[in-house]
Amino acid sequence: MAISVNAKCNGCGLCVKACPTGAIEVKDKLATIVEDICTYCGACVSTCRFSAISIDIDKQPTEDLSKYSGVWVFGEQRDGHVAPVVLELINIGRTLANDRGQELAVVILGHNIGDAVEMLSKYPVDKVYMYEAPELAVYDAERYCRVLTDVVREYKPEIFLAGATTTGRSFMSGVAINIYTGLTADCTGLEIGEDTLLHQTRPAYGGNIMATILCPYSRPQMSTVRHKVFPTSCIRAEGKAEVVRLEPKPQLYKSRSTVVDFIEQVGEKVNLVDADIIISGGRGLGGPENFSILRELADEIGAAVGSSRAAVDAGWIPYAHQVGQTGKTVCPKIYIACGISGAVQHLAGMGSSDMIIAINKDPNAPIFGVATYGFVGDALEILPMVTRKIKTMRGEPTVCPV
Amino acid sequence: MKICCCIKQVPGTTEVKINPETNTLVREGVETQINPFDVYALEEAVRVKERRIAEGDPSTVTVISMGPPQAESALREAISLGADDAVLLCDRAFAGSDTWCTSFALAQAVRKLEPDMVFCGMQAIDGDTGQVGPGIAVHVNYGQVAYVAEIQSLDSKKMRVKRLIEEGYEVCEVKLPAVLTVVKEINEPRTPSLRGKMAAKKAVITTWGAADIDAPADKIGLLGSPTQVVKIMTPPCRTGGDKYEGEAADLADKLVDLLKCMEVA
Repeated sequence: MAISVNAKCNGCGLCVKACPTGAIEVKDKLATIVEDICTYCGACVSTCRFSAISIDIDKQPTEDLSKYSGVWVFGEQRDGHVAPVVLELINIGRTLANDRGQELAVVILGHNIGDAVEMLSKYPVDKVYMYEAPELAVYDAERYCRVLTDVVREYKPEIFLAGATTTGRSFMSGVAINIYTGLTADCTGLEIGEDTLLHQTRPAYGGNIMATILCPYSRPQMSTVRHKVFPTSCIRAEGKAEVVRLEPKPQLYKSRSTVVDFIEQVGEKVNLVDADIIISGGRGLGGPENFSILRELADEIGAAVGSSRAAVDAGWIPYAHQVGQTGKTVCPKIYIACGISGAVQHLAGMGSSDMIIAINKDPNAPIFGVATYGFVGDALEILPMVTRKIKTMRGEPTVCPV
Repeated sequence: MKICCCIKQVPGTTEVKINPETNTLVREGVETQINPFDVYALEEAVRVKERRIAEGDPSTVTVISMGPPQAESALREAISLGADDAVLLCDRAFAGSDTWCTSFALAQAVRKLEPDMVFCGMQAIDGDTGQVGPGIAVHVNYGQVAYVAEIQSLDSKKMRVKRLIEEGYEVCEVKLPAVLTVVKEINEPRTPSLRGKMAAKKAVITTWGAADIDAPADKIGLLGSPTQVVKIMTPPCRTGGDKYEGEAADLADKLVDLLKCMEVA
């Protein structure tokens, strides 16, 4: 069996408590692994204070890993607009590349992406790999996956990062599968360890645990990275990155899907994941009409409007706004929760925000347990006053309260 | 039309709590559930089946799960919700599979079943990776669309779907066979019918081991997985900060001051 307990075990039972599947029992002062239940998750290994448990597998790389070098960042773009997360990836990518003493490159796919490439070349990257073809104008998981698999096989980066967006999450998995390498989803921590490997840390179980994951036997080490965790990169003081045009290979463009239409969310900022400020409403708002109170304040302070699951399920606001376990995971600088009680499912989606402001009538609402600042009161009363005050401060005309 | 739906049994999350003294997951009394996103996937699979049958095309939904023997209860629940039969991929050799190996094993089962469509939830609420659905598509060489919010039209060769992305929706046409991962918006799942519950009780769950799906030992489980978990820790618990009570007007003033401090107002 791959998991074993050695003589250092004194039967303290810490591992029993740590095991998420209940696969450990202490018998005669010795931890015993129940073979049928253990999933080799490693929780016991990191909990044991005596290094008594180990998971060992007899595995060797199938190729020479030293052929791989460089850190790559996927330059996600839509219609030539580079996704904000790319600049965050450049920042952390630069640190990783410096730590490894290797190059940092951005790889960008698309059509008419000259401006995007020009913009990216001003950032502290060594190279911008540019793959231009009309067939790649719109994102297609199958096509992007095939092209990037080919490019990665040819250029062999040691590390490959993409944003944990709907795009990054859907094509990176396929690239990792084609290459037979590891992909860690939605990372919030990335660093080069003393073993020179990429230590990828990510939340699981709705942020209740953090797991550190390695990819020791294959390359590239691939990760999708959560938005807004790493700061945005500054532009370089001087010089420009080298632009390398990759030769298009039309035989790779085969796909069984085609995008026929794009429906933009108009009138409202719903791109919650990119927002620095989110103001969310829950059941406490009382009805769909009261979301307009949130929207008014949101417009004043440049916030996106989010909601709890309760408000979405009641049909008060579309699903695209839902924050939480079955909605979006967000990490803004300021999260303002209005009339949201703070169920664990909601906290799973916003618990890592820098600052949480909660407004709730119920002083015992669980949301106050995580709020940096709690306001016990009715959001419907407080928010319009806040909006009015801010407008007055800015010298904007306000409507007198009735 | 032959439809498959992949589901995962996950902990009933409201119960997942951290014991602040030992800083570990509290497991006692943790119930299990079908991963919520998979319930939407299953509902959509059953709706497609019903629509196809109404159009005169005999159709079935087979639900697949990889997990320990206990995962059988999730499969029975899926049958109560409208699936026709169920396959449990259960073998010690699968233990420790990461997303590469999990999608490989599920893909091997899909290969054996040869469906026209495979439905998955967009991600599981315990692992949160969202990598298995698209992974299956690549392993079996099917078309794929992730984050599907609506099936607009469907025939035996292709379908038109709307997918939810950051900036709005994309409408895509995809040829079958294809893998779809779905978001919550796609439907409102039904509750089990009495007939469904009876069927679930009587159903014989097929169990396949690694050998049954031609999964070699070096492509599954701990040995086949490219990634390794080396450390698990519990992040420090967030604690509440200042709490203000009083008249709404005073609270509004405080909030404005706070927003001014943060340079957003």
